[in-house]
Amino acid sequence: MQYMLLIQGDETKMNAATVVDDTGMSAEYAAYNAALMKAGVIRGGERLKPTSATTSVRVRDKKAIVLSGPYAETQEQLGGFYIIDVPDLDEAIEWAKKCPAAQSGTVEVRPIWPTGR
Amino acid sequence: MSDTDEAARIAERVARDSYGRLVAFLAARTRDVAGAEDALSEAFAAALRMWPADGVPDNPDAWLLTVARRRQTDSIRRRQTRRAGEEHLMLIADELEAAASEGREIPDRRLALMFACAHPAIERGMRAPLILQTILGMTAEDISAAFLIPPATMGQRLVRAKARIQDAGIPFAVPENEDLPERLEAVLDAIYAAYTKGWSEVGDAGVPEMAGEAIWLGRLLVGLLPHEPEVKGMLALMLYAEARRNARRDSTGAYVPLEQQDTSLWDDSQIGIAETLLREANKGGPSGRYQLEAAIQSAHSARRLAGVDNWAAIVALYDHLLARTHSPVVVLNRAVALAEVEGAQAGLDAIDSIAADKRMQTYQPYWAARGHLLARAGCKSEAREALTLAIGLSSDEAVRAYLRGKLAELLDA
Amino acid sequence: MRYMMLIHHDEAALAAAPQKDLWADYAAFNEALSKAIGGSSGERLEPGKNATIVRSNDVLDGPYADTKEQFAGYFFVEAADLDEAVAWAKRCPSSRYGAIEIRPVVAQQASWK
Repeated sequence: MQYMLLIQGDETKMNAATVVDDTGMSAEYAAYNAALMKAGVIRGGERLKPTSATTSVRVRDKKAIVLSGPYAETQEQLGGFYIIDVPDLDEAIEWAKKCPAAQSGTVEVRPIWPTGR
Repeated sequence: MSDTDEAARIAERVARDSYGRLVAFLAARTRDVAGAEDALSEAFAAALRMWPADGVPDNPDAWLLTVARRRQTDSIRRRQTRRAGEEHLMLIADELEAAASEGREIPDRRLALMFACAHPAIERGMRAPLILQTILGMTAEDISAAFLIPPATMGQRLVRAKARIQDAGIPFAVPENEDLPERLEAVLDAIYAAYTKGWSEVGDAGVPEMAGEAIWLGRLLVGLLPHEPEVKGMLALMLYAEARRNARRDSTGAYVPLEQQDTSLWDDSQIGIAETLLREANKGGPSGRYQLEAAIQSAHSARRLAGVDNWAAIVALYDHLLARTHSPVVVLNRAVALAEVEGAQAGLDAIDSIAADKRMQTYQPYWAARGHLLARAGCKSEAREALTLAIGLSSDEAVRAYLRGKLAELLDA
Repeated sequence: MRYMMLIHHDEAALAAAPQKDLWADYAAFNEALSKAIGGSSGERLEPGKNATIVRSNDVLDGPYADTKEQFAGYFFVEAADLDEAVAWAKRCPSSRYGAIEIRPVVAQQASWK
């Protein structure tokens, strides 16, 4: 089954983390990525720019409303995600626990709609 | 104004013109507004210092660039940083050189920069400050004074907004036809917002220099978009208001409302330019908000010739404006004009429709207008109540003094 | 620039919409998107009630945020600038039943890509 691991954390802290190489990744994330790859469960993932670079769009009565900022102002922000392919939720949770964000923030585990979009 | 003052003003204008063009050119290429400003800031400061005394150089762009490169090299020698600034300057130097060899100027990207600054993804309140800083090189401190925000806060917000232009990928482009009207309105609104900061009803709270900057931006925009009627409408609107600047106070400094102003104090030449602009704007196509508001000001200025305001025409123009905007402020202004045609009670009936609007509860002009209309309709105690509220909501001493006078008249009568 | 487009839905509003038209619109949108960017780039997610939250070693029932509109899926676009991304957001049928959040992606060269 495919799961999305959503990384929710305080983005000011996340962005202040020490980077190790020119990929801009911290040592913890580099290690986590290596582990995901070694296990062969990773299907994708991205790191997002901070919410200050975010824009939201809604269409009401055929008119687009473009707003500066994220969809919801929250204490923690979505900073990135992984897509993993594992047999069940328990294994997905194990991976979520290993994610560096679980220590300082929250990781949300969401199953992907089985038929695709 | 003395000749030296005039020369200093011209030098400053040329410096701002050149600076804005270079910043826009660099930023449009790299999307890095802050980097472009950094690269040119010291040279621009030097130009503002030196040109008024030494005269404007033959090629202002090349002068700014040469000084910028020299300063840049100095600071790189001092500490090995600012490489980005150096790259910016190389880019523009190449372009300037190529342009010079072909006998042309570097492309003017200020219009694209203005659209980036007034993009819907930029917080509305920051659009005018961004344009003032990037196009005119105004400091955060000068801008903050007009916008009543502490300088440090204004500085931070400007830094964030510029980072956002780069990070979010906001384009430096004039929008396509179908999007243009709405996006242009945002640019016009930002410039007009800057103007109103410099033109509060009476001088106390306003920063007059800001009005001059906004008019300059309006002229620039008319030059860059000569076929857009609303741009001319907005410039005309600002010039009509500007023409009346000296009539807004009497010799003792007391507030004089529009309908009591001495029309001989109105500036004919500004009104003339405004009339020409408005005529050109109205030549074809539908009338936009700024054209309508300018037309209302034109109808007011007709009093200078005819001796009386054409209130019926003003009401009709407000009707059109109301159909477009549905703004309670327009309802209020229309009601005041209507009272001149059909009497105070008609005006009062017309503002009943916005009486329950929450925004009106703390909107000073609403209570002032209501007070005047009630007084004219003979509703003394209600008028007293409304005028008292208007005084309490006013932040301008001259306006307060005027309203206190009205209140005293009411109690004496 | 690469943008992640996060779809937030009001599930009730979505359920109240004429289903046949809605999903026909969605199919057309997906078709247009995949034609423009070459292949599929997004996923629909199971509803928020099927989410699980991990915080330190605590495991809780999801979703992460209890809001009227829920994160429901995403897609990616490669766009020249924000205006192009906004144009895709407007085309997405979900923009009528919630909001599309546009987040630029940090350019990173990860080895699984």
